[in-house]
Amino acid sequence: MALFSKQNKEVFTNPLNVDHPILGQVLGICSALAVTSQLKPAIVMGLAVTVITAFSNTIISIIRNTIPNRIRIVVQLVVVAALVTIVSQILKAFAYDVSVQLSVYVGLIITNCILMGRLEAFAMQNKPWPSFLDGVGNGLGYAMILVIVGAVRELLGRGSLLGFQIIPDACYDFGYVNNGMMTMPAMALILVGCVIWVHRAYFYKEK
Amino acid sequence: MKLNTNSNAYIIIYSAVMVVIVAFLLAFVYQALKPMQDANVALDVKKQILYSLNIRNLDGAEAEAKYAEVVKTEKEDHSQKVYECQIDGKNIVVVSLKGMGLWGGISGYLAVDEEGKVFGAYFNHEGETAGLGAEIKDSQEWQEKFIGKKIWDEQGNVVLSVVKKVDNPESQVDCVTGATLTSNGVDAMLKDGLKGLKK
Repeated sequence: MALFSKQNKEVFTNPLNVDHPILGQVLGICSALAVTSQLKPAIVMGLAVTVITAFSNTIISIIRNTIPNRIRIVVQLVVVAALVTIVSQILKAFAYDVSVQLSVYVGLIITNCILMGRLEAFAMQNKPWPSFLDGVGNGLGYAMILVIVGAVRELLGRGSLLGFQIIPDACYDFGYVNNGMMTMPAMALILVGCVIWVHRAYFYKEK
Repeated sequence: MKLNTNSNAYIIIYSAVMVVIVAFLLAFVYQALKPMQDANVALDVKKQILYSLNIRNLDGAEAEAKYAEVVKTEKEDHSQKVYECQIDGKNIVVVSLKGMGLWGGISGYLAVDEEGKVFGAYFNHEGETAGLGAEIKDSQEWQEKFIGKKIWDEQGNVVLSVVKKVDNPESQVDCVTGATLTSNGVDAMLKDGLKGLKK
């Protein structure tokens, strides 16, 4: 079987469009709201989730035939929890500032519905390689929304991107004010809604 | 022979083996990364102390060097740390503070100059609301409002406070808009941590 057969390509690209975890299935919203007030934590969170979905999918897929059906959810949780703990330890060691910013939300990746959803729906029935692609696809789909929402919120809420000031001082002199609302979680919900709207209107393709 | 993956014995052995493997893996990762994490935490404390001395925007190595240059002694008194520092020939004392915010603990470092006035301040928190309570850490502007405020009155009572309406700009700081409870926490932390420290 070719590594990038048409089927495998669909496995990878579907979660970026039709089966998008946030836009299509509306999963994993809670953390999308919590960590997107600035761009940098949003990017790190997106990457962390991508790594974890990819590897937990692969691991579960490798051992899928040995997992006793009655405790499969427990096994999935243990694998995810172990991976999340490792990622959080690595962040603390190599990216301390970001891990402080993300605080509890790294740990809460364990409860991210995208992970359990993909494990149960895909990795339990498919071979490791397609499962890996599916995990990367879903993780990237999730990261994409985090980055869009994070960029909009940081730009309008703080006038900066990744901590660098974008809106020039001259605008502030003319009376431009940063929108404090944008730093509140409620605006993330509204922005996610807008992104879903745009996606449905212009990019959504029927199967 | 096909293994019966639904038998009780299989399930028990499977979960036991899985837990042992995962436990060893996590213990290994934890042990391997611990020195780096401890170094990060120690560096973070040093950076916070430097922030309270109005020395900001240093990267890791610079902060280490600056810290070694500025901070002379470090004392611990009833779990409160006091750092004696020297900046531009002036003796500054940095006091560590601990208190309660709205959702979790808050902490801070307050630098006191020779006249008993605030030289600089830095606050940190565990889980205050982003954009509101978290401003005590994120807003440099707010921390700078403390500079030059009077801390104690003649009797040694703490007069430095965070209030909604500033009547006495000599010793009062305007609280963070929308974060009354966190600001009250900072106020209580200052009162608690600074009492009895007047020289």
